[in-house]
Amino acid sequence: MVEAKGLGLTFKTADGDVVALSDVNLDIKRGEFVSFIGPSGCGKTTFLRVIADLEQPTSGSITVNGTSPADARVNRSYGYVFQAPALFPWRTIEKNVALPLEIMGYSEAERRERIARTMKLVNLDGFEKKFPWQLSGGMQQRASIARALAFDADLLLMDEPFGALDEIVRDHLNSELLKLWASTRKTIAFVTHSIPEAVYLSTKIVVMSPRPGRVTDIIESTLPAERPLEIRETPEFLEIAHRVREGLRAGHSYEV
Amino acid sequence: MSMFQRLLAAFASGFALLALIFDFASTEGAPLPVWEFPVVGVFLVLALLSLARFRLALSYWIDGGLAALGAIGLIMALDTLQQGEPGYWFALVSAWLFAWLFAERLSSAISADKVREVAGVLIPVVFGLTIVVAWEAITRGGNVPKVLLPSPSGIWTSLIDNIPKIAADFQQTFLKAVLAGYVLGCGAGFLVAIAIDRSPFLKRGLLPLGNFISALPLIGIAPIMVMWFGFDWPSKAAVVVIMTFFPMLVNTVAGLNVAGHMERDLMRTYASGYWSTLFKLRLPAAAPFIFNALKINSTLALIGAIVAEFFGTPIVGMGFRISSEIGKLNVEMVWAEIAVAALAGSVFYWVVALIERAVTFWHPSVRGGRA
Repeated sequence: MVEAKGLGLTFKTADGDVVALSDVNLDIKRGEFVSFIGPSGCGKTTFLRVIADLEQPTSGSITVNGTSPADARVNRSYGYVFQAPALFPWRTIEKNVALPLEIMGYSEAERRERIARTMKLVNLDGFEKKFPWQLSGGMQQRASIARALAFDADLLLMDEPFGALDEIVRDHLNSELLKLWASTRKTIAFVTHSIPEAVYLSTKIVVMSPRPGRVTDIIESTLPAERPLEIRETPEFLEIAHRVREGLRAGHSYEV
Repeated sequence: MSMFQRLLAAFASGFALLALIFDFASTEGAPLPVWEFPVVGVFLVLALLSLARFRLALSYWIDGGLAALGAIGLIMALDTLQQGEPGYWFALVSAWLFAWLFAERLSSAISADKVREVAGVLIPVVFGLTIVVAWEAITRGGNVPKVLLPSPSGIWTSLIDNIPKIAADFQQTFLKAVLAGYVLGCGAGFLVAIAIDRSPFLKRGLLPLGNFISALPLIGIAPIMVMWFGFDWPSKAAVVVIMTFFPMLVNTVAGLNVAGHMERDLMRTYASGYWSTLFKLRLPAAAPFIFNALKINSTLALIGAIVAEFFGTPIVGMGFRISSEIGKLNVEMVWAEIAVAALAGSVFYWVVALIERAVTFWHPSVRGGRA
């Protein structure tokens, strides 16, 4: 689905060059749930933005869905969920979900059918006519996920979508996201800075470290596909979490 | 009642007592005692009796009623008296204090949630009426020369007597020059703002030019517009266009930049084109700015059109009427035109503000929520 080879990105700023990504080699296969974890400044969000063609790499190569990121964007082959819901306050929830469908030229009937389906998928049916500012933060973020799902792209890019929510809401949304992933069979790339969240959700965890942003470890999860929230107390889970922590520490070793 | 309200009440009754003691009014040098004016007499006596409030609880409606009774009596008295004497002025102050006391007590009752919010409309009404009554009483009771300040009733009579003339002026200045200039000026400002947004080259060329146009003095361009577009309303509309163009341009340019980075990135992930991003994201986000300009311009347009008529005009128009009637010392007519202009400007502003509320209902400043 996504293939990066020797990918590098350097921002030119007034204070000189900042290396955001250096020599990133990564393969995301169809149907995987891949988490990117690391401290801030490790380039995990930048990498996601390169996949989405929101940033241009300065070296190396990357293909998304077999094409360049620019073509993938024009073909609407991914949905992007941002850190904040970024819903338009002048549109109702259903009109917000309809936004990409309007831009992509779906017919009225098709739009209605897709809105109904995705609203049900994120458990927001009944809130179609509400405005974003009438909903809680968790519900707003669910609406923004519905918006990213509405046009049925195979790849879902999520940039710390639950970072601003409290832990109870986050747990709830995490288990809902897993169910959603199982039922839609999408490929998900998920940026987070929470170790339990990464371990709980992913089939593959990419550990990154800063200055320069690079991949320090790639961990294939051994957890079963069926994951109740209690799985987070099993030795297997803690074992993987330990390895992630080790990876994060290794990336920092030359600093502290 | 608070200490302040008690003080107001005591003074209101005290002035009523003074009004009863002193000479009330005179006509042709002969004094007119207060009992020649029964309504004022009843008001003053009841005002004294209201001192019972320091023993019993009296509703603020009684204060409101007293103020109204006093106002009616004092205005009616103006028909017979020629000159107000100290008693008349003390009665006026007393009625004014009762109106103040009423507004005070009503507003504290509203903040204590004892009456419905609707009663709050009464406070500005009481305030406005108090000013008009005092204005009428002072100008007529004190024989103020009309040239200095005509009475409200004189202005009203002049307005009613000249309705056809004033209607023609209103049509010429407001319905033609102001509305045409407003629509053209705001429309041009809006379109140029979008052109500027589309092309960085125009941004460098047109924004300083717009700035330059806005710096042109109204007094200087009005005669030139008359040369260009003739004496009739199109030259006034042209002045209005120049006045309203720049506020709209600057506000729209600023408004088009308020959509957040995340929302723009979102539109980019949908491979949304320039126009679709403009109509679905940037213009709705800019609406509060655009309405700001529309509101500013609604008052600017009226000022521009009236002043422009001072520099050459056919014999109709609000600005023409003001400048020609003041030359004839017909001040009541000037005030009548000013009143119509103020009313038209307020209604215009209010209509724009109403549309704004309907369109930007989602904005935190309108729905009263957090961002």
